[in-house]
Amino acid sequence: MASPEPTDFLDVRSLFTEEERQVQDTVARFVDEKAIPVFPDAFDRHHFPKELIPEIAGMGLLGCNLSGYDCAGLNHVSYGLVCQELERADSGLRSFVSVQGSLCMFPIHTYGTEEQKQRWLPGMAAGEIIGCFGLTEPDGGSDPGAMKTRAVQDGGDWILNGAKMWITNGTIADVAVVWADTEDGVQGFLVEKGMAGYTSRDILKKYSLRASITSELFLDNVRVPDANRLPGVRGLAGPLSCLTQARYGISWGVIGAAIACFEEVREFTATRILFGRPLAATQTIQLRLADMCRRITTARLLSLQLGRLKDQGVMHHSQVSMAKWNNVRMALDVARDARDMLGAGGISIEFHSIRHMLNLESVITYEGTETVHQLVIGRELTGKAAF
Amino acid sequence: MKILVGLKHVPDTETKVKVADDGVSLVEAGIKFVMSPYDEYAVEEALKLKEAAGEGEVLLVCAGPESATATLRQGLAMGADRAVLIQDPRFDRADGLVRASALASVATQESPDLVLLGKQGVGTDESQTVPMLGELLDLPHVSAVGTLEIVDGRFTAHREIEGAVEVMEGSLPAILGCEKGLNEPRYASLKGIMQAKKKTIDVRSAADAGIEDGALGEGKMVVWEKLDLPAPRSGARILEGEIDDQVVELVRCLREEEKVI
Ligand SMILES: Cc1cc2nc3c(=O)[nH]c(=O)nc-3n(C[C@H](O)[C@H](O)[C@H](O)COP(=O)(O)OP(=O)(O)OC[C@H]3O[C@@H](n4cnc5c(N)ncnc54)[C@H](O)[C@@H]3O)c2cc1C
Ligand SMILES: Cc1cc2nc3c(=O)[nH]c(=O)nc-3n(C[C@H](O)[C@H](O)[C@H](O)COP(=O)(O)OP(=O)(O)OC[C@H]3O[C@@H](n4cnc5c(N)ncnc54)[C@H](O)[C@@H]3O)c2cc1C
Repeated sequence: MASPEPTDFLDVRSLFTEEERQVQDTVARFVDEKAIPVFPDAFDRHHFPKELIPEIAGMGLLGCNLSGYDCAGLNHVSYGLVCQELERADSGLRSFVSVQGSLCMFPIHTYGTEEQKQRWLPGMAAGEIIGCFGLTEPDGGSDPGAMKTRAVQDGGDWILNGAKMWITNGTIADVAVVWADTEDGVQGFLVEKGMAGYTSRDILKKYSLRASITSELFLDNVRVPDANRLPGVRGLAGPLSCLTQARYGISWGVIGAAIACFEEVREFTATRILFGRPLAATQTIQLRLADMCRRITTARLLSLQLGRLKDQGVMHHSQVSMAKWNNVRMALDVARDARDMLGAGGISIEFHSIRHMLNLESVITYEGTETVHQLVIGRELTGKAAF
Repeated sequence: MKILVGLKHVPDTETKVKVADDGVSLVEAGIKFVMSPYDEYAVEEALKLKEAAGEGEVLLVCAGPESATATLRQGLAMGADRAVLIQDPRFDRADGLVRASALASVATQESPDLVLLGKQGVGTDESQTVPMLGELLDLPHVSAVGTLEIVDGRFTAHREIEGAVEVMEGSLPAILGCEKGLNEPRYASLKGIMQAKKKTIDVRSAADAGIEDGALGEGKMVVWEKLDLPAPRSGARILEGEIDDQVVELVRCLREEEKVI
């Protein structure tokens, strides 16, 4: 028997179809050649490398699990693998693709009119139109039902007022999917760059996801035509269904971040000689590596099964909560431990683990904090909401 | 314009290979196989020529094992139109002439306007297929092409030779071996991968391609006797101390220990 592959100990790859493997290999190569070389510096400079967008779009990574409108029409397992490969480079890169595809193109595709789909989706798939998703507000993201942003009908238009906070891609977005409360419950509006009263500003000096743009949006009596309202959904089910899509991708993505850290620390401990032997020859280092391997492997299996359920159309949102919770926690723990095993060098930009570790501090918060996902499962188990 | 592109399915140069117990083959488990990198330039060039012409067909051909369909699918996902696999696991350790003959059988049947190959297949790096195919088909052939221009049924190919560039002109059909730098191969797109599923890979046996069984078996012209991995490099030594002392020590080592100066 051949020895197991350290990063895929139970050969989960053998469970993928030839097409899924081809998708993964194609994206992996792009990530190795074009993305990994630029992200350490991009993170250091607090800069999102926009110059990658044309190639990302050219490969069809934006909205790749949607069909029609120039989208690739992949299955959800393939989309998961795309996320996993992208996040090997940086969570900021995967965030960009998650937001564009799962949070912006998905609601237009699912809840939009035919006209809206024709108008926005091909350009978004081509990376020519950038989207952002405005749900979170300054006063508490975990409780979106308490949102203060309001939309009031005025003839054939809507007047929007409010503010959104922590919005990925906010200042570079051509269109914002803004969720606002109305007389009939929460509804989604496509707010376009340049509409009077709509402004945005970057949140500067983050210590996490520095290679991703995070912004505030301000809506001051913004007049939005009814043609820009997503008619297909009312209530929190709208934004929550988008989050389910994005969280699904995140649960795969973070496996990539964990693998990057694991690979880095495996190589380091194999070659670092202390007390006359490689670090890798000590029991504590082996225990730590074995634990990383175990957790990466179980996360892989969990995501794959989740993906198969999603491809069969039977995935429940609380199952996504389990994967997001388990896998992000796994990746964050792996990154922190890798950082520690790298010693002092581990705090420098020369190594990737600290960057992944810092990024994952955002990933564990956004798209539902760890606690919120635990409480979602708790509610599922007990029938009682304890938020 | 119909362009035939020959592909080889080879171990990724990044993977660490192990020799199997038989001493002549590689342990395949854990090795990633890929399209030979020079062949990627051939696929890219073919696609560019087709796109520039606004019409044409790019046909991929591989002589290799069943698993080589993955390499053909990659070429189809990049945008090629169809593929032929002459399937036999023994092609990998056959001689260049057998592989060239297999490609020649498809070329004879398809009559392409141009045949593009990588200048060599990484792994065994024999660089034989281009000239052999040219001679078998009695067509002009140039290998290690770094720049290519095609106008009115004629090609102009530049190839770098020691200290100079050779410019070769000739008529089509021709066999050209592509060199690194000819172009920048595209990544397959996800849509391309989806479309590739619907494209056909025509699988033929070696016999269908006119290869006699003996040529792949007992009667091989080239027999692999033994594979050895390069000997591991012995440890390096880092000199310490003042720079002047280091220089003296370096010269002493080179003269007295290594005896190279
Ligand atoms: C880099 C980044 C990018 C983001 N991008 C986007 C985006 O594009 N669009 C968007 O809309 N939002 C975005 N967000 C916002 C993100 O979704 C929110 O930060 C998240 O939902 C948490 O909300 P909050 O920050 O207001 O924290 P809070 O909701 O205030 O939570 C604070 C703490 O309290 C805990 N908590 C909350 N409720 C309970 C409870 N009932 N019981 C026990 N504990 C509780 C939480 O787990 C957390 O630990 C982004 C955030 C970050 C960091
Ligand atoms: C910001 C900063 C400032 C510093 N300032 C100073 C300073 O002013 N002066 C100074 O002298 N030093 C300084 N240091 C160096 C610091 O003391 C060392 O980084 C520390 O001793 C760890 O050594 P190392 O980085 O070489 O890691 P290593 O010793 O290589 O350790 C790497 C990992 O291996 C583990 N490990 C090591 N040995 C074993 C073993 N036998 N079994 C199991 N696991 C093991 C460690 O716990 C760690 O997780 C500084 C470091 C930092 C980050």
